[in-house]
Amino acid sequence: MAHDTSFTNQEFKVVGSRPPRPDGLDKVTGRALFGADTFAPGQLVGRILRSPHAHAKIRKIDTSRAEKLKGVKAVITSRDLPDLTNGNRGNFDILENCMARDRALYDGHAVAAVAAIDEQTARKALKLIKIDYKILPHVTDVDKAMAADAPIVQPHIRHDDKPSNIANVSEFGHGDVDAGFDQADVVIEKSYLTEQAHQGYIEPHACLASVGPDGQGELWVTTQGHFTFRNVCASLLGMDIAKLKVTSSEIGGGFGGKTHVWMEPVALALSRKANRPVKLVMTRDEVFKASGPTCSTSIDVKIGAKKDGTVTAASATLRYQDGAYPGPWGMLGAMTSWACYDFENVKSVAYDVLVNRPKVTAYRAPSAPMAAFAVESTMDLLAKEIGMDPVEFRIKNAAKEGTRASYGPTYGPIGIGPTLEAVKKHPHMKAKLGKNQGRGMACGFWFNFGGQTCTDLNIGVDGTVNLTIGTVDVGGSRASMSLIAAEELGIPYERIKCNVADTASLGHNDTTVGSRGTFSSGMATIFAARDAIDEMKERAAKAWEIEVEDVEWRDGCAHAKGVAHSNLAPMSLKEIAAASPTTGGPIAGHNEVVADGAGVSFASHICDVEVDPETGFTKVLRYTVVQDAGKAIHPDYVEGQFQGGAAQGIGWALNEEYVYGEDGRLQNASFLDYRIPVCSDLPYIDTVILEIPNPNHPYGIRGVGETSIVPPLAAIGNAVSNAVGVRLNHVPMSPPRILKAIKEKQAGL
Amino acid sequence: MPGLHVSTTVNGDVTEFVCQPDETLLDVLRNRLGLTGAKEGCGTGDCGACSVTIDGQLVCSCLVLGAEAEGCKVGTIEGLADGDTLHPLQEQFIEHAALQCGICTPGFLVAAKALLDDNSNPSDEEIRFALAGNLCRCTGYDKIVRAVNAAAKDVRKQQARLQKQARLKKAAKKRR
Repeated sequence: MAHDTSFTNQEFKVVGSRPPRPDGLDKVTGRALFGADTFAPGQLVGRILRSPHAHAKIRKIDTSRAEKLKGVKAVITSRDLPDLTNGNRGNFDILENCMARDRALYDGHAVAAVAAIDEQTARKALKLIKIDYKILPHVTDVDKAMAADAPIVQPHIRHDDKPSNIANVSEFGHGDVDAGFDQADVVIEKSYLTEQAHQGYIEPHACLASVGPDGQGELWVTTQGHFTFRNVCASLLGMDIAKLKVTSSEIGGGFGGKTHVWMEPVALALSRKANRPVKLVMTRDEVFKASGPTCSTSIDVKIGAKKDGTVTAASATLRYQDGAYPGPWGMLGAMTSWACYDFENVKSVAYDVLVNRPKVTAYRAPSAPMAAFAVESTMDLLAKEIGMDPVEFRIKNAAKEGTRASYGPTYGPIGIGPTLEAVKKHPHMKAKLGKNQGRGMACGFWFNFGGQTCTDLNIGVDGTVNLTIGTVDVGGSRASMSLIAAEELGIPYERIKCNVADTASLGHNDTTVGSRGTFSSGMATIFAARDAIDEMKERAAKAWEIEVEDVEWRDGCAHAKGVAHSNLAPMSLKEIAAASPTTGGPIAGHNEVVADGAGVSFASHICDVEVDPETGFTKVLRYTVVQDAGKAIHPDYVEGQFQGGAAQGIGWALNEEYVYGEDGRLQNASFLDYRIPVCSDLPYIDTVILEIPNPNHPYGIRGVGETSIVPPLAAIGNAVSNAVGVRLNHVPMSPPRILKAIKEKQAGL
Repeated sequence: MPGLHVSTTVNGDVTEFVCQPDETLLDVLRNRLGLTGAKEGCGTGDCGACSVTIDGQLVCSCLVLGAEAEGCKVGTIEGLADGDTLHPLQEQFIEHAALQCGICTPGFLVAAKALLDDNSNPSDEEIRFALAGNLCRCTGYDKIVRAVNAAAKDVRKQQARLQKQARLKKAAKKRR
């Protein structure tokens, strides 16, 4: 492949190797401290009372009996979280989601909270709080919520000049789709449903909050973005940002679900009222009911093609269920739906729809997997209809450098074509399939993100280096950052110690979202290291009494350039560091940057399944992920992202769904009934890392964390459909749904 | 409610504590004994993050009452390493990058140790079924299974070495 690689810092010495991660020992010995693992003197236990109703007016809350219970130190309701949002609707939504005001909007919506001396007392106190609810009509289904007579979730939201559950309409595309469909030899039109899934991190939300009457506070919390948590919490509670120190604990999985405050402001408010530290940990039931699942969707797709495989037009109408508060989810579905392809006439229209379910938040490449399920299933149907191999059909229509994406921008060097070529050549495609077995493949796209980043690099007198970053390490990024610092400085990996700083110790860092950790903190680390190198060159020049322009840095040493200085032996980082107390003091590098230019990411997945025609049970036999990483800094953890995303997608495709009853209550808020894949459900997941450098990053890095969850729904859908000979259009493809599809086919329906 | 006095052994150390009758062993370990290596992922025995052993038997400590530990030998992740020597499972989990966030790791290690204590030569399928009670949301289990396989190999080598040493010792004794 001919790509410009001049910017990729030549040959790498340590980047691309696989050393042990710095936090490995702590995590295999039980020493690592997660959200619920710290304690403070005088700490209280917090608990939240939640609405059992899908939609209800809160007429009265009587907390008097709870307050009188011995051992209860604080009871709060929305009165203790006054509205300080100054008309900022987004912040008000966050506040109201943390604690219901006049209405409970979903089963699990917080309505009151207590802090008590122990768990037993706190639980007893919750039972003593009396709430007078008036139950209101509810709606939990996305299509029903769009009907004219649907119960209205948020009365302030209007569509077509009427109160409506349609919070946003987004449209993207170019060309003339009607004219395009007229040119097509074959047009396929199909509708799809996907059910709501949860990120399913194993660590529930947990924090330890401490606020005093002096307006100062600290928060220890499991989060993907402690700086954002600080800003949001301070703003909701009327605190000064500088006086709230937030420390991110080790994070036990986030996948987007820990980008958002759910109960942290409640913990702070409890602590403020009790004037004691409060530990607040969600139960698993609360995690399912009241923290960010992703959307359920209803999507219509139409694609037209000529017999030679050229797609002439494509359109999609996407309805995304956002829960009780509006988000950008439909818009992201519309933007990602056609991003893999180079289509002349293309259109997506998306609706963000409110229902009485928990507020939706990001889940790994949010919104893209559902759109990909609809698009990639239809692409397979169309390939079949025109008698073309599905991989060849995609290669023919794949986006490439210079393609104008359906959502606007024109692509630079991208990986969709190369991933498809790699799929074509992969031995997986030649593996023999038996009875009731089928193979499917699908493509996926994610934008990736850069954002505000701030990094410090401090060199100790012994020549070891503290690298201080502000992006949370969600999956081994401290190892990657250390590799990058070692590469730049020219010293061994073992001499770098990377730490994630608290909010009082470093400038603002945006939340670790959009696969930005390694991309953006990697960029800031490179620049911070170069800043420190500049200082070390100065020190060497001073010692040698030569111009700094005559000093260059390579292999961990300052070298004097030119024949005139050939008598000067190189001065190592260690030597310069040792002399630093007398040559100008500590040596540090720093960088703050808005890391623009996140390279878009593409993946293609292959999947083989066997479907039991008697039970409808699907076993995944083989699975292969091919994805462009730009540059894999620590390949073990890149593979880990590929495998983990695929596994989450497999779970969603086959099993995972929120089940709501007629009463609008969630019926399966546990890991027993919301079944995520276990070890015996999955095969080894093969990975192929492609490296098509991102020209906007000094090392060519693209984010790798999210794209791997995009293709699985469709790849499995295509495999299952090929195995049973009938198209599945409803995710998850659980045994009853597959069985129903088989039976309908047999009955000739 | 008056607390119950419980005498037990945790990771080989004689340990006494007072707990409520309805308090789980997991809460006792974490909140009273400061052993936070076992995690609560669900509280209902579905995720295995709280895995410990009681008299060598693998259990979810969220489903056991603290009072039930009376007179038992409790083993937790904090007791897996032998001083500064890591157990082969711990070594291989780091070596194979078998953890990402690490929240499920203690439970996996305790469960895998119970497997290898019972069968140091498990097949892939035996590993996958033995670990099916432990949820991991990050890795897709691929690198975990590989790490357990590699650790099993190390354990077998260790066992062979110990057997050989024992044989030599016996032979030497005979000669004397």
